[in-house]
Amino acid sequence: MIEKPSSSGAGLLPLLVLFVAIAIWAALWLLKVFPESVFPSPLAVAKGLGEEISTGRLSGDLVASLFRVTTGFLLAVVLGIPVGLWLGHHARARLAFLPAINFFRSLSPLAWIPFAILWFGIGDLPAIFLIFMACFFPVVLATLSAVAGIPSVYFRVARDYRFSGVELLTKVTLPAIAPEVITSLRVTAGLAWLVVVAAEMIAGRDGLGFAIWDARNGLRMDLLVAGMIVIGVIGMVIDRVLMKLTKIRSIRWGYER
Amino acid sequence: MSDKPLRIEDGSVSFGPVEVFRHLSLEIARGEFVAVVGPSGCGKTTLLNLFSGFLKPSSGNVFCSGRLRTVYQHDSLFPWQTAAQNIAMGLRDLQSDAERQSELEEMLRLINLEEFGGHYPHQLSGGMRQRVELARALAGATDILLLDEPFSSLDYLTRLRLRRELARMLQELPRTVVLVTHDIEEAAQLADRILVLTERPARVSRELLLTIPRPRELTHPQVVETVHAILAEFGLAQD
Repeated sequence: MIEKPSSSGAGLLPLLVLFVAIAIWAALWLLKVFPESVFPSPLAVAKGLGEEISTGRLSGDLVASLFRVTTGFLLAVVLGIPVGLWLGHHARARLAFLPAINFFRSLSPLAWIPFAILWFGIGDLPAIFLIFMACFFPVVLATLSAVAGIPSVYFRVARDYRFSGVELLTKVTLPAIAPEVITSLRVTAGLAWLVVVAAEMIAGRDGLGFAIWDARNGLRMDLLVAGMIVIGVIGMVIDRVLMKLTKIRSIRWGYER
Repeated sequence: MSDKPLRIEDGSVSFGPVEVFRHLSLEIARGEFVAVVGPSGCGKTTLLNLFSGFLKPSSGNVFCSGRLRTVYQHDSLFPWQTAAQNIAMGLRDLQSDAERQSELEEMLRLINLEEFGGHYPHQLSGGMRQRVELARALAGATDILLLDEPFSSLDYLTRLRLRRELARMLQELPRTVVLVTHDIEEAAQLADRILVLTERPARVSRELLLTIPRPRELTHPQVVETVHAILAEFGLAQD
């Protein structure tokens, strides 16, 4: 059981942690623990961030990265859920494909980078391909295990009340797997966001991953850290957005039992 | 429609080497409430599976005429639907929305959960959930109700209360009922006829008839006498 905060000021605690972290950072900088050329001050990073925003470079990179993540992730979801549904319902097919799915799931998507560049060149496509490869197999696996785990009594009830065909899918199977699938989508979206940064570092000419790689090459450590901060914050926002799905009333049961 | 909506003729069921029924014959009359009791693992649930068509007999015939629904031990409500939506599943065949809505309100009133229609199953107590299950199964135009130990996951007092409620609901919505239970009192308080099954391969070792109307007092002489007779059948009675 996780302890629930009770005081009304609990919402300020993360801000306190942030403040302490920045203070430690500033102290390390003031004490010159690392050479200044490889350890920017909080102020320099804030200035760098302002610069990136005012030149419009940040928004351009952000849009590029978000476009790739969204496309690759949605493609993986749109294809992965039906494949998972089919495998979940067919034990023999599951037996045949499960080892392959586990193989690809365990293979770091970054291992595909050489092929991604050779096949798709530089730009959006290789990144989308890598994100797809990172997300598709976990989504398939989560969906099929959720389907295989639906209590059989639900299907017997569905038969009693004459659900069949499309109705069986939309009124029984999909709502029954929704909580588990949504949990996996949260994990997978996080994965996609990790992958896009790596993909853009190597196979990109824009995007947040390219921006921090470019900053490193230009020895602009302030911009590098600014890019890192934006990447982390966007990752948090993506998870927050997907977490909203778990608040839907007809989904909550999966998290409250 | 036949006046014997549920019938098994010379039915045998085996799972591999395990023989559950051997040449079992059984008839259940329209509107009759039959309880089936027996040692655990003797095939009580298998009997329901035969009636519902979920299981085919290895040999012999099973007849079932009429619309049939099953109430399970627990957790067979759809957790993603509210109590009202679950009950409304039972009213799917009604054509007009207005009719469905009024029937739904009627069912919620019948189980005394008017205030709880918008609650999801996980927000209800075990007893409330089983009442919703009963309402779902009794809603709309159905003929046969199969009850698979419907109250066995509830505490004793809730069980007593739900027996009374089921009896009351059946007065308003008469059905042909088959109740499978290991609760001898439950059988004696609710059924018109009790079938006592033996160990596998199960056969009916005793048939008991009750003539008093429902709801019945647990302490009514005929109920007490019936409980005693069943205990005797299992070799558990003290004389």
